[in-house]
Amino acid sequence: MTIFSVYIINKAGSLIYHYDAPNTTRPAVEKTFSYPLELVLKVFDEKVTVAFGERDGIKVGHAVLGINGIPAEGRFLKDKREILEVLSSEKNYPINVKFGRPPLSINERIMLASMLHSLFAIGSQLSPEPHSSGIRTMETDTFKLHCHQTMTGVKFVIITDPKQGHVDAILKKMYEAYADFALKNPFYSLDMPIRAELFDNSLQSVIEQADKYGISNI
Amino acid sequence: MTIYNFYLFDRNGTCLYYTDWNRKKQMTMSKEEEFKLMYGMIFSIKSFVSRLSPTDMKDGFLNYSTSKYKLHFFETPSGLKFIMNTDLSVGSMKDVLHQMFSSIYVEYVVKNPLCALDQPITSELFKNKLDEFVRGLPQFAVKPGS
Repeated sequence: MTIFSVYIINKAGSLIYHYDAPNTTRPAVEKTFSYPLELVLKVFDEKVTVAFGERDGIKVGHAVLGINGIPAEGRFLKDKREILEVLSSEKNYPINVKFGRPPLSINERIMLASMLHSLFAIGSQLSPEPHSSGIRTMETDTFKLHCHQTMTGVKFVIITDPKQGHVDAILKKMYEAYADFALKNPFYSLDMPIRAELFDNSLQSVIEQADKYGISNI
Repeated sequence: MTIYNFYLFDRNGTCLYYTDWNRKKQMTMSKEEEFKLMYGMIFSIKSFVSRLSPTDMKDGFLNYSTSKYKLHFFETPSGLKFIMNTDLSVGSMKDVLHQMFSSIYVEYVVKNPLCALDQPITSELFKNKLDEFVRGLPQFAVKPGS
């Protein structure tokens, strides 16, 4: 049982809660290069990413996460030097570059949440049978997304391992936790991000239980 | 088990071929609009999925399901997109879609010099072969009572 992350989306499509399992580390590769660099790098979305040339675990789409131990911030290093400039001058070589899948920023998560919201609606519109719901599960080769929409339009989304079967029980448990600890909280205003410690804890215990005993025992 | 419909898009988003078998819901929008909506959705799903994935992906998006149907997706390295809607009881259609590409599209469209590759397919031979192939699939059996 592996849950990678949990998202809760309100009825308007904005992200009100997200949780990442602490053990899902995005893979990173560190390698020392000599001049000239064998990879083609491009600035994409304010990140320096690999556009061509896969080798030693470095894949197209990976971003530069750091150079010589100095972490990257967007397309600059922490010491304000531009990454592409550092990599293009021969005097900096040999150079140690760390590549990996860029972590999702909070803004990206908000965008992905509203994207799912509209995909959900289009999925039901394009149905070949009448009265279809929106997207319930989405499968890829690396993960499976499960989405449960409540009667009030709130969507509970969890991302698990692709081999994971029915996770409806977990989604229902999360809904219960939401009803108990978010909605009954007098300081919580509806459709706003959930910041409640009790909710965090109960959600985590649902996930831990599912991890330990399997879904049948929750 | 049943197969509802099939879409074939090229890499620019042109709908090369569409056909349906047991489709129940009639669309309120025109076919052109529906193709655009479908292509746009698939395009967004691809980008959505690649960003959400915790690890590097190989095949990417495979299928999604709602309460009524399941959409299967297969993309070739040349950007052709094969999309098939079936009911929920159907398992992986990856091999079937791949077969449609290799033994029907390549055989009767690519190897036909009169078929332009970026235009909707008009070849009757292709249509017949595809129809025959899909009707012969074990997944095609129409649900009793429908």
